[in-house]
Order: sequence, then C-alpha cells, then structure tokens
Amino acid sequence: MTYQPQSDFGTPAATSDAQITLTIDGRTVTVPAGTSVMRAAAEQGTSIPKLCATDSLSAFGSCRLCLVEIDGRRGTPASCTTPVEPGMVVHTQTPRLQKLRKGVMELYISDHPLDCLTCGANGDCELQDQAGAVGLRDVRYQPVETHLGQAKDQSNPYFDFDPSKCIVCSRCVRACDEVQGTLALTVQGRGFGSKISAGIASDNFLGSECVSCGACVQACPTATLIEKKVVEIGTPERAVVTTCAYCGVGCTFRAEMRGEQLVRMVPWKEGKANRGHSCVKGRFAWGYAQHQERILKPMIRRSIQDPWQEVSWDDALAYAASELKRISATYGKQALGGITSSRCTNEETFLVQKLVRAGFGNNNVDTCARVCHSPTGYGLKTTFGTSAGTQDFDSVEDSDVILVIGANPTDGHPVFASRMKRRLRKGAKLIVIDPRRTDLVRSPHIEAQHHLALQPGTNVAVLTAMAHTIVTEGLVNEAFVKERCDWDEYQDWASFVSEDRNSPEALEPVTKVPAADLRAAARLYATGGNGAIYYGLGVTEHSQGSSTVMAIANLAMATGNIGRRGVGVNPLRGQNNVQGACDMGSFPHELAGYRHISDAATRALFEREWGVQLESEPGLRIPNMLDAATDGVFKAIYIQGEDILQSDPNTHHVAAGLEAMECVIVHDLFLNETANYAHIFLPGSTFLEKNGTFTNAERRIQPVRKVMTPLNGYEDWEVTQKLAQALGLDWNYAHPSEIMDEIARLTPSFAGVSFDRLDQEGSLQWPVNESAPDGSPIMHVDGFVRGKGKFVVTDYVPTDERTGPRYPLLLTTGRILSQYNVGAQTRRTDNVVWHEEDLLEIHPVDAENRGIKSGDWVRLASRAGETTLRATVTERVAPGVVYTTFHHPLTQANVVTTDYSDWATNCPEYKVTAVQISPSNGPTEWQESYAKLQNNARRIAKAEAAE
Amino acid sequence: MTSTTDNLVRMANQIAANLQHEPDVPKAVAEHIRLFWDPRMRQLILAPDVSGVSPDVASALDQLRDAS
Ligand code: SF4
Ligand code: SF4
Ligand code: SF4
Ligand code: FES
Repeated sequence: MTYQPQSDFGTPAATSDAQITLTIDGRTVTVPAGTSVMRAAAEQGTSIPKLCATDSLSAFGSCRLCLVEIDGRRGTPASCTTPVEPGMVVHTQTPRLQKLRKGVMELYISDHPLDCLTCGANGDCELQDQAGAVGLRDVRYQPVETHLGQAKDQSNPYFDFDPSKCIVCSRCVRACDEVQGTLALTVQGRGFGSKISAGIASDNFLGSECVSCGACVQACPTATLIEKKVVEIGTPERAVVTTCAYCGVGCTFRAEMRGEQLVRMVPWKEGKANRGHSCVKGRFAWGYAQHQERILKPMIRRSIQDPWQEVSWDDALAYAASELKRISATYGKQALGGITSSRCTNEETFLVQKLVRAGFGNNNVDTCARVCHSPTGYGLKTTFGTSAGTQDFDSVEDSDVILVIGANPTDGHPVFASRMKRRLRKGAKLIVIDPRRTDLVRSPHIEAQHHLALQPGTNVAVLTAMAHTIVTEGLVNEAFVKERCDWDEYQDWASFVSEDRNSPEALEPVTKVPAADLRAAARLYATGGNGAIYYGLGVTEHSQGSSTVMAIANLAMATGNIGRRGVGVNPLRGQNNVQGACDMGSFPHELAGYRHISDAATRALFEREWGVQLESEPGLRIPNMLDAATDGVFKAIYIQGEDILQSDPNTHHVAAGLEAMECVIVHDLFLNETANYAHIFLPGSTFLEKNGTFTNAERRIQPVRKVMTPLNGYEDWEVTQKLAQALGLDWNYAHPSEIMDEIARLTPSFAGVSFDRLDQEGSLQWPVNESAPDGSPIMHVDGFVRGKGKFVVTDYVPTDERTGPRYPLLLTTGRILSQYNVGAQTRRTDNVVWHEEDLLEIHPVDAENRGIKSGDWVRLASRAGETTLRATVTERVAPGVVYTTFHHPLTQANVVTTDYSDWATNCPEYKVTAVQISPSNGPTEWQESYAKLQNNARRIAKAEAAE
Repeated sequence: MTSTTDNLVRMANQIAANLQHEPDVPKAVAEHIRLFWDPRMRQLILAPDVSGVSPDVASALDQLRDAS
C-alpha cells in the first residue's frame, strides 16, 4: 500500500439525526444538521483549501483560506465555520475565491522559510499542499520583518519545535486543549508578534506541563512540530494499522514505515477506542523494539550460577522438552506449570494455556492478571454474570456523574482520561475516591466535587457507607431493582447496609472520610443523572479486592446505573491484553470463556477438539506455585512475557520459589529479573513483529499486525508451537487466524470472531455471536447475563496488615504516565527523561518527624523486607500514608510488599503495606547482593567463532 | 505444619470472614475451596495436624473430607 495520509474532513462529524440537503459545485449532498460546509464538501469529494481546520478540532476560522461563495449571501464566508442549511447553493471554486486564497497564501509563504527540499516534512506538509491547491506560483511581497531564524526547541526527546516555520494557526494549542486536555500551549502576543509557547516565555517543551502525547504534532499542518524520527529517517512510504501494546485502553495506530523501518506511530482516527488520540507511550516509546539489550538468540545453562550459552532454536527447544519430560517423569506431571502474559496476543495466550492443559497434562496455568484484575473476574461474574466491564469508552460522553475509585487514569489510562476530561469540562460531575490527590482531582478546568481521601484498605467500608446513605435516604431505584435483580437478595443487602454500624458516621474513624462528604458524594452518584464508575488496581489489589468489586456492582444496581450508555461499572485494565488473557482461559480453574474446569460438558468440548483427556480439578495459582516450589513439589515453569520477580509481591519469596525449581523457561524480549533464575531463555518478539489480536478494557478485540520481520526469527506463538511439537504434540497452525478460529469454535462469546471479520470491521466487542452478530458495546441491556442481578453482602473485614509502633505508616503503590509496569520496555526508551528512578512520596509532617527532605535517600522497611530510594515530600499523600512506583528493578518496591492477598482470588495486597521510613545513606544489603546476582546471572559466554 | 499450610489456614480463615453473610457459612467456604484450590492445597489443609482454623472453616473442612 502506498502512503496515504489519513483523510481529514476539516471539521468534526455532526451527530444530529436531522438531515440537510444542499448543492455544492452543482452536486447535491445530504448531511446531518450541524455539519460545516467544509465537511459537507469533503464528504462529497471536494476538498476546500484550509489551514487552521482539521477534523479532530472544532472550527476556528482564522486562516481565511477556506472561503466559499453562497448564492444569496454577501461576501465570502469561511466554509469551516459556516453550518449547512437546507437548499444552500455553494461554490468552492470561482475566480474571485481563487484570487483571495492566493493572496492569503502569499502572506503566509512570504514569512515562511522556502527550504522545502531539505525540510523534514517535505511531501507531508499541508502548507505545501495548499500552496499547490490555490495555484500559488510567485510571492509579490518582500516582508520587512519575518519570523525566520528563531531558535528551535529540541528539548522533547521525540519531537522538535521550529518556530520559524509556524503559521500561528493554533491547531496545536487547540489540540492540547480539546483533545488532550492538558492546556500546555498558549498563543502569546498579538498580530504579527504572536507566537506559540509552552508555558512561560523561557520555558521549553520538556520543562512545561506538556505530557508528550503528540496531539499537537499530529495537528500541526507544517514542519513546526515534527517527530524527530521523521527528520532522521524521512517521510513514510506505507502504513499498517495495528494496536498499542502498552495499556488496556488499546489505542490503534498507523505504523508508518519506510521499508522495514518504523518511522512513526500515528493514532488512527478510525480507532474506536482512542478516536485518533494517543499518549506518550504508544505514540513514541517503541524504541525498545530495537534496543541493543534485546536477546535474539536462544540460550541455555545447566545451573543459574553458570553463564548463558547461546544455542540454536532446535537445541534450545529439544533441551527444554527433555527437561520438562524428565521432571514430569521424576516428580509427576503436577510438578509442571506455565504463566501466560497479558502483554502477548490472545492467540499466544491461548496456546500457552493449551500447552499446559493438553501438553503438561494439568491445570497449573495462571496469568499476571492474578496480580491485578483477578478480583474483577470474580466480583463481576458473581454479581452480573460476566467477568468484564459493562461499557464501551464512548459511553462516557453520556455520563453525568463520574465516580473514579482506586484509579489514576491520567497516568495509567491517559487516552481514556482525556476523553473523560473532555466530558468533565462539559459539565459532568466528578467524585474521586483515592488516598492520594491524583491529578484528576484538580486539573485545568476540572475540579472534583468530592475527593474522598480514604485510609488505604478501607474501600469496602467507604462503599458500604455510600450504600447506607443511598438506602436509608430513599435514593434506591426500586423499579430497576425489582425488575432486574433478585429482590430477596436485595432486601438482605439493604437491611445489612442500613445497620447503624455501616453509617458514614460510624465508619468515619476507620475510613478517615468525613461523613458529610461521604453522604454528599453518595447522593450525587444516586441522583445526579447517569452515574458511571471507573476503577483500577486501587480497588482490586487489596485483601478485600473481590468484595470491593462486588460493593461497586451493588451500588450500580441499587441506583439503576447499568444497561445503557453513560452508566456502568468499568474496570480500567492495566496491561494491553489483561481482558484477553482472562478470556482465553489463563486461570487455573477455568477454560476459555470463564467456564469452570469441573464442568464436564465444557471439558468434553475441548477434549474433542484437542484429542486429550483434561484434568477436572483446578490447578495452582502463581503464589501457590511458588509455595509448592519451596515445598519441593513444583519443579518446572514456562513463563511467557512476564517478569514475576519484579512484578509480584514479596520478592524474597518469589526468588526462593524460582530458585527451588529445576527448569525455569523464560520467553521474553530481555533478560528480565525472573531470567536471573532461568535455565532456558527463549527470545520473544515485539508487537511490531507479530500477527494476532489484543482485547482492551471495553472487551474490544483488535488486530495486531506484523509490520516487520521478527529480529529473533519467530513470532511468540510459533515458539510455543515449536515447544509443543518438541514435546510430541501434533500442532500445525500456519497462522494465528487459525488459532482464533479454534477459539471461536470453543468459546460461545467469540463464536462470530475471525480475522476476516476483524479486518472488515476494524474491531469487535465480545460477545460476538448469533444474538449479537456485530458485537456488544454495552452489556446487560435487557437483563443481566446471569439472569437476575445478584446483590452480595460485603462486610468490611480489615486487612491483617496493620500499622503499629514498628511500622507506623501505610505504603501504597502505583504507576506514572511515562513508565509502564516493570518498565522493561519504557526504561529502554527516551521516556526515562521523565522518570529516572522510583521516588517515595511522603507527607511533610511525616517527613519532618523523621528529618527527611526531598531528594534524601530513605530506607523503606516492612516486615517482608527493606529497600532504599529517594524521597519527595508532598501533600499529595495524606499524613500516615506513603506512596511509590515499581518501575525500576533496583528499587524493588516489591521487596517490601507482603504476601497478603485478596480472600477470593489471591490477588496480592499491593496497596497496603505497613512500613517505616528512616533516613539512609545508601542501598540495602539486599540491593547490593541483588545487583551482584544480577550481573552474575546476565553473563553470556562468547560462542566459539564460527568458521 | 509447614509455612505453606500456615498460609492456607490464614487464607481459609480469611475466606470464612468474608463469607459471614452466606446462609450456610461452612458450605460456602467448602464450595469456594473446592472451586479454587488445587488438590494438593486441599490435601494439605485436610491433614490431621492442622490447627488454627476458625470454627466455620473446621466444619467446612469436615464437609470436604466427607465429600472426598
Ligand atoms: S504533546 Fe500533548 S501535552 Fe504536549 S503540548 Fe502537545 S498536545 Fe499538549
Ligand atoms: S506550531 Fe503548527 S499547529 Fe501550532 S500554530 Fe504553528 S503551525 Fe499551527
Ligand atoms: S493510552 Fe494506553 S493504549 Fe493508548 S497509546 Fe497510551 S499506552 Fe497505548
Ligand atoms: S480553514 Fe477555515 S478559516 Fe482556516
């Protein structure tokens, strides 16, 4: 496919149902009311010259290039700001218009460097195109003063700003305001003196509020804002649509290529999850794919004390198979297991769990969702009947009250946060329940009506107190409950929450949330119109994670906020394919589509397809595998695309478990921390090098497309298949589409999914089946999947993790925008300019008591372990609470987290650890010995020189 | 008792604490363990020398013993 820029209709689509017919250049066209003349013309195939308009932004009308003539009207109105009217007769090309447009263009060009041949945007510049379109052949003016020769701002690692090329169309400023919602840019000065600025005059982009989302770069019609890669490599020649491999928003991008080289990732306007927007990670942070530390050859070693030996794929796989067989024969098949990855595709995940169930002969398969959203699966399945969020992202446009609990979307799910903020700026109300004052609480033009800064670990108490308010103040939507839910269960629940001990006042000493605030927030959610709840890991990663999810579901049912646009219960998924990994049967107790392994009929279906007998008992979950390993009965593990040593709690325990195993197979891009304990390393491929699908937080299945040959030789599904073949399994998939066909045959909610359909539709939201052939943007519309909605009594049970004299502070953990999870990818990109290290946030009062200042090294200790890092003193956290991220391996925040976990799913309690902080002057013993181990474990013996 | 068993006892007690509103708590605990614990975990907690379980868990374990 030759390179085509994305189409641009000039102004956004109108949504009205009323249709209007008009005539443009002698042809009639019918469009929705509210459409601009410019867009109507574009839809009919006529492009009117334009500079300040683009269809991601509302019309501005400043460049005066898009003038048209309209019969019966005087003058030459701007087509971008003129709405269509019935019977209008428009002319877009007349001698008068041509002359006017040439005049406008001449003015622009007279103040523009004419270095087109050497400009980075040559061939992909709207100014150049428009000069051609208006037929500009010479410039009559000799400007007295120009903007030429102004200094470039190259501070951002990914894009340059060259003010001498700026035409002050303000598309960048409006993109930052309207699309991203950061409001980092302004037009300073007036008239000829006006210029674009990132904050105060001396500021550059890096030092400004800019979060490097790239929206301004995409909006800029000139080379003023341009990707450094385009300058370096040249303009792209072809484009392939694919899906971001970072977070659960699932933005789709055009990977714009020159040969096999990726020039840039540009958000795809037709992408239904992101609607043409992106964040710094997906847009720019893909350099890790070519990072020099990527391991491209398989390696083995007999013992973890030995250096690695590079071997051929055949040798590595044969060795892996012989080890797995030996261990199975010696210790029994229960000694084997596998971990699937939420970063890999659905097809790859499906194969890993199939390998464990059909190849290893047990159900010891789990996924990293264990440590993030397993409570979502349990909680929503119990209450509603499906383990997934209820809405699509578009739904937020109809929300009146948005309740965000335990989520930090501006950092964790930035593109969805931008959409949410757009709705909030239009007047929706906001409730934030979070121990920290996240950026959402107060940002430009947005202020939360209520920020309930609860004590970490008291989510259930807060939600029960909200339910108490809603029930006792008569705010329940009884009609909805009677029709849609089990009435008896509702009544049990209602009488439980109504008990005095569950009132906001009674629970205030525990939650630390002022009762009046809590009541006001509950009233707002119940009565403010469409109420939507968005939640993240601050809900799930607790000892009562599953109960909290059910408490959220209870609130939504009691207020009737389920089953239509604008409402719902929405888990914000951390990694790109958490939803998919769960859907694909990665949990040890269930097969694809959330069907319990003990269900004989479901097993029979898989047994027929796979030609094996399946175990009917649930297998081990990750923490149980590690326990079994230290007990000496679990001996071999195949880990695809996960770094459990860094991401899982209580690092010492994970290390001990891995060390006790005889065969650890790590299949990944880099020698990650887990690989320090591995015996076999199988190089993985990046999302740019494979075909498959990811499923985002709105259940949207989206294609991942191969844009370059895997540097390591194979896509990850091929590696798993080769391992299966080495074990003697008869697998012969020629393409991931065949794996999806198998998934569709075996999983009712995927029955209508195939690669062909995804190519046609762009994406599909499951369930896709006979009753919903085009997928299901919103769930539980006419009734709950389980039949009647189930109210579950969620008693507040305090965590066993308590503060005391030795560990008086509560540690809670999270992530930041520029880094992703354990940072294996983002740390290997220029994103490090925004986050060089993990920092400990501590309140000024706690800091002062301990003699700690911002920038000091501090020792962070819990009963599980201790580590050191630098402190930053801030009021974002409440007194008594400290906070850090876990992106860097040498900080190892998980050395201090404990193995306490959610009661129903064993999801670790990352969000609450009792700790003590004290001044420190350097790394702990563990950090030092770990650094040594790390160096030791990464030695690769030089292969003998080949002839 | 091994540390793994200690852990299982704590998990079982935690499950019971969170299922207090079920009409039949021991039955609900037994069902949860049957659905989500692998056979070895169940075997470990059913061992005769296990101590420290709450009364609800004790009756749940009896139910599991009877069923196996
Ligand atoms: S990159 Fe994004 S945040 Fe930064 S100035 Fe541009 S639009 Fe604003
Ligand atoms: S930087 Fe680009 S988008 Fe912004 S005003 Fe200048 S030309 Fe327009
Ligand atoms: S919001 Fe998430 S999916 Fe979108 S570009 Fe950023 S990391 Fe990728
Ligand atoms: S495009 Fe209409 S005024 Fe600029």
